Amino acid sequence: MCTLPLLGGCSGIQSALDPKGVAARAIYEAWWVMFLGSLVILSLVMAMALYALLKNPDHRWRIGSSTLIIGGGVALPVITITALLTYGVQLGDRLTSPPGDALKIEVTGKQWWWEVRYPDKESVVTANEILIPAGRAVQVELTTEDVIHSFWVPNLAGKKDLIPGKVNKLLLQADEPGVFRGQCAEFCGSQHARMAFFVIAKTPEEFERWQMLQRQVSRLPVNPVLARGRDAFLSASCGECHTIRGTSARGTRGPDLTHVGSRRTIGAGMLETSADNIGIWIVDNQRIKFNDRIPAYPKLDRDTVREIATYLESLQ
Amino acid sequence: MTTRDDTAAATVADTGGADRSSRLHHRFEAIWGTPPGIARLSAVNHTSIGIRFIVTGFVFFVLGGLLSMLMRVQLALPENDVLDEGIYRQFFTMHGTTMMFLFAVPILEGFAVYLIPKMIGTRDLVFPRLSAFGYWCYLFGGIFLYSSFFFGSAPDGGWFMYVPLTDAQFSPGPNTDFWLIGVTFAEVSAVAAAIELIVAILKTRAPGMSLDRMPLFAWYILITSFMIIFAFPALILGSILLEIERAFGFVFFDAGRGGHPLLWQHLFWIFGHPEVYIIFLPAAGMLSMIIPTFARRPIAGYTWIVLSVIAIGFLSFGLWVHHMFTVGIPQLALSFFAAASMAIAIPTGIQIFAWIATLWNGRPVVTIPLLFVLGVFFIFVLGGLTGVMLALVPFNWQVHDTHFVVAHLHYVLIGGMVFPLFAGLYYWLPLFSGRRYSESLGRAPFWLMFIGFNVTFLPMHLTGLLGMPRRVHTYAEGLGWDWLNLVSTIGSFLLAAGIALVLLDVILHFLFGKRAHRNPWNAGTLEWAIEAPVPTYNFISIPRVQGRDPLWSQAELVNKMNRGELFLGNPDSDQRELLGTNTVTGEPESVIRISKSTWIPLLTALPLALFFFGLLARVYVLTAIGGALVVVAALVWLWTTGHRQAPDIVDAGCGVSLPIQYASPQAPGWWAVCFTIMADAVLYSSLLFAYFFLWTVSDAWPPADHSPGSLAFPLIGIVVLLASSAVVVWAARCGREGASVRFRYGQLVALVLGFAFLVLQTLMLLDFDMRPQQHAYASLVYTIVGFHLVHIVIAMLMAGFVFFRSWFGYITVSRQLETRVSSIFWHYSVFQWLLGFGVIYLFPAML
Repeated sequence: MCTLPLLGGCSGIQSALDPKGVAARAIYEAWWVMFLGSLVILSLVMAMALYALLKNPDHRWRIGSSTLIIGGGVALPVITITALLTYGVQLGDRLTSPPGDALKIEVTGKQWWWEVRYPDKESVVTANEILIPAGRAVQVELTTEDVIHSFWVPNLAGKKDLIPGKVNKLLLQADEPGVFRGQCAEFCGSQHARMAFFVIAKTPEEFERWQMLQRQVSRLPVNPVLARGRDAFLSASCGECHTIRGTSARGTRGPDLTHVGSRRTIGAGMLETSADNIGIWIVDNQRIKFNDRIPAYPKLDRDTVREIATYLESLQ
Repeated sequence: MTTRDDTAAATVADTGGADRSSRLHHRFEAIWGTPPGIARLSAVNHTSIGIRFIVTGFVFFVLGGLLSMLMRVQLALPENDVLDEGIYRQFFTMHGTTMMFLFAVPILEGFAVYLIPKMIGTRDLVFPRLSAFGYWCYLFGGIFLYSSFFFGSAPDGGWFMYVPLTDAQFSPGPNTDFWLIGVTFAEVSAVAAAIELIVAILKTRAPGMSLDRMPLFAWYILITSFMIIFAFPALILGSILLEIERAFGFVFFDAGRGGHPLLWQHLFWIFGHPEVYIIFLPAAGMLSMIIPTFARRPIAGYTWIVLSVIAIGFLSFGLWVHHMFTVGIPQLALSFFAAASMAIAIPTGIQIFAWIATLWNGRPVVTIPLLFVLGVFFIFVLGGLTGVMLALVPFNWQVHDTHFVVAHLHYVLIGGMVFPLFAGLYYWLPLFSGRRYSESLGRAPFWLMFIGFNVTFLPMHLTGLLGMPRRVHTYAEGLGWDWLNLVSTIGSFLLAAGIALVLLDVILHFLFGKRAHRNPWNAGTLEWAIEAPVPTYNFISIPRVQGRDPLWSQAELVNKMNRGELFLGNPDSDQRELLGTNTVTGEPESVIRISKSTWIPLLTALPLALFFFGLLARVYVLTAIGGALVVVAALVWLWTTGHRQAPDIVDAGCGVSLPIQYASPQAPGWWAVCFTIMADAVLYSSLLFAYFFLWTVSDAWPPADHSPGSLAFPLIGIVVLLASSAVVVWAARCGREGASVRFRYGQLVALVLGFAFLVLQTLMLLDFDMRPQQHAYASLVYTIVGFHLVHIVIAMLMAGFVFFRSWFGYITVSRQLETRVSSIFWHYSVFQWLLGFGVIYLFPAML
């Protein structure tokens, strides 16, 4: 119903097998080593089992039981896991040591969306979309406002949980500009399946420009339709939960909408951002994402909804 | 090689012997038989109870399987809406819960309850009422959990029930309460069965069956049972804490008030990881019995296997954190747990290669059980390999909580438990039915299961690597998961069809299977010395064994046994008798007389259900009534158990006279109370762990605004408690010397002191300046004190009980069992508070 058209042909946008970052690539290499190793071991065990089961007992190769047990049950695992463990410990250390110039971003998990803050610069708050400069390490600080969530962008790195009473850190780095999908990986209730987000890697220059834009307060309405939309937004009490900087809307329960029109999706990855979809979301969000904290507004008349939607879409 | 001609010998037994054997059969049947009709519910015999566990387990297996089928239908297509998210959550929660708590553990315990006495050469488990009670707890717990569907409130927080999602704020409905209470109810059963199985294995093996002659299955069950004792209390404690938090507003997991959500995860996985091996080991034990029989030679590497099972028992408690690699634990700790997780590959590898070596150096016949064994090799080894991958911490970060893990755990659990279970089912069927399955009919279901399983779960590894998380009720189109999910769903239908055919095959075999005689496989262990289908008493007389595979080495064993010429071959006492033997050597030590069919287990479990129902409905009057009735039922149970009028010394056959259990220092009751205390100590340790864990993660412990209050009440309490222990010691000595009046006075004084202590502790809590709802510290103090008071009350009940037992003359100079049991529990309870006092009053002062 509300599938994102923008995902069409984007298979691999949320895949650990298509690494586009430092950590994901290291893990991907580890995976191949382990996969091939496992294939060899499994084939060996199966070949031995089948041989023992099917080969005529009188013509079997003679191997003592102790040799089999010590060779296969002790020597084989001791050697493989010692090697693997050494490798794993070093890799783990490498992937968790941030370089000095890492960009800090705060991500807060909420049922069922992500709030994103850029604390280095004043007042950049966004939702369900994390812009990062490609080629630079990013330290994501993860907290939650309600239950446990888990932050995961498989193309870039492994996951880390967001746990009440705790601040967790995750290191991300994208090699090249690109768009990567992430999703909550720890079961967090009703709409766990619909808590997606995007990480968008930009060139450093584009990233700077984006931050400049985001720091500005919201655009003023440039025509009467947008002005009516803004007024309707404010009079329908949307500002109790949402912030639009530059207006009286100062709520913090829902996503900051100051630049909502610049984001790719709304509803934590549910719908592509467009005036039509924003309208659908306002009226019908409980059907699209049942239990979501935003109430549905079926009572608003269609024109008002369209005006609000058009206004929000204009907030680039 | 051994000779295997005693089956033949049995069939040509002289007619005089056959007459005598048949006469004995009827007399033993009269003693051991279960009454007909509705009174079958009063059965306590291990064969009946074992079958009940197994059948109920399969029913839950089918239910849990149906839930998973519906989930697979929902996931077959992206954005599917067969199940809405609310139903989906309930289904995946109940699927996991059912398979772990209502299928895997109970059905394996059912097999153990059924098989262990037969394998170790005894007639029943040592506490038949406890077996029956355990079954009722399991059944009621399961019904409890499933009844939630009728209220539309099935548990929906996942089988792992992570807080805060499951706390009162985020799950206000009764869903979570159904889970906490139902699962705890079922776990009571698991712990009860574990204690009983340990005592049975240690104390009632056939004469001559020293530890190193024990069938491997008994070793596996012994270790598994110890693991249950050490693992389950952690979850029971966690469930109690969460229920108290939900129902009464105490704080254990709420980070805002001094609790922490990771406390739940630790408690859950300290249980949860050993749980995986608790499920795997009994199944592996089955393999270790089946493989030698069909390889037609003794198992290779017996000692290696025993040592590796013990190693798994220990290691499995050292790797729970590998379920928590992504919660933000320091690298160093992660490395330790990664090492422990990988190390488990060694003892597992030893077993697999011991099985291969057995086949390699034997002359295997490929029967259906062996086909399933072959399935195990492929599936379980693959699951083990992905397990090693998951222990690599960085890789774990990537695939944790994805479908890769779903694939891994099903490979391990279905390969390590369901396939062996089905192998075992086919293998032991003749004992149940007296019939043989059909070799040709059973092959198709096996292949259907094997192919269906792999089509379902092999692609899931890829689904996970391509980024699909677990526990999602749907997924967006075009992420590359669509066709993989469809393939998995198709595979799951093949798998389900295979399982259905196996169950159908088994049911049909009861009707049409060829008659099987004693020991159709020419196996070597004692359960096959019994005629099939098995009689209720198992053995007409108890044989002395001289090796690991007595049927292969002792030609005349079956004949002598059936003529009643061996131990306990005389039914004249009209009692159910077992032989108590030495823990290490298996030499006879005592005769154990156990209870016959009785309603008491059911009548104890019913009020316990009322107790739990009261908790669920938050109508605590019902809880109180249920609790009181449980106490009454338990006292009646204890008063009437066994054969209290038995003489001190009884004839055990073979010209040997032995003490009755009440007069033996090695009575099963004594061992059982020791293991019960062990389980309880783990429960208490888990509580103290919670205290120290929250201490380490909190800023100030106790909280800054708390003042310790007067030490007067607690100090007087300690003195009173120590005095009570001294009185109990004195009374026991009087009892041993025959001064039964002084013994009874001693019990009365102990009761008075116990009561005084209850009053003092209540005063202490009233003097405490914080309510438990304010801060986790206060919650823990109240809980530790309350937990201990329950023990004091139980100890007082026991003191009262032995008072009356002495009064009626059941405790004498030579019959000291009950005094020893009540005394040790008293001292244990006192010790518990010494620890509690130290933790609450001394530790914070020291730091």
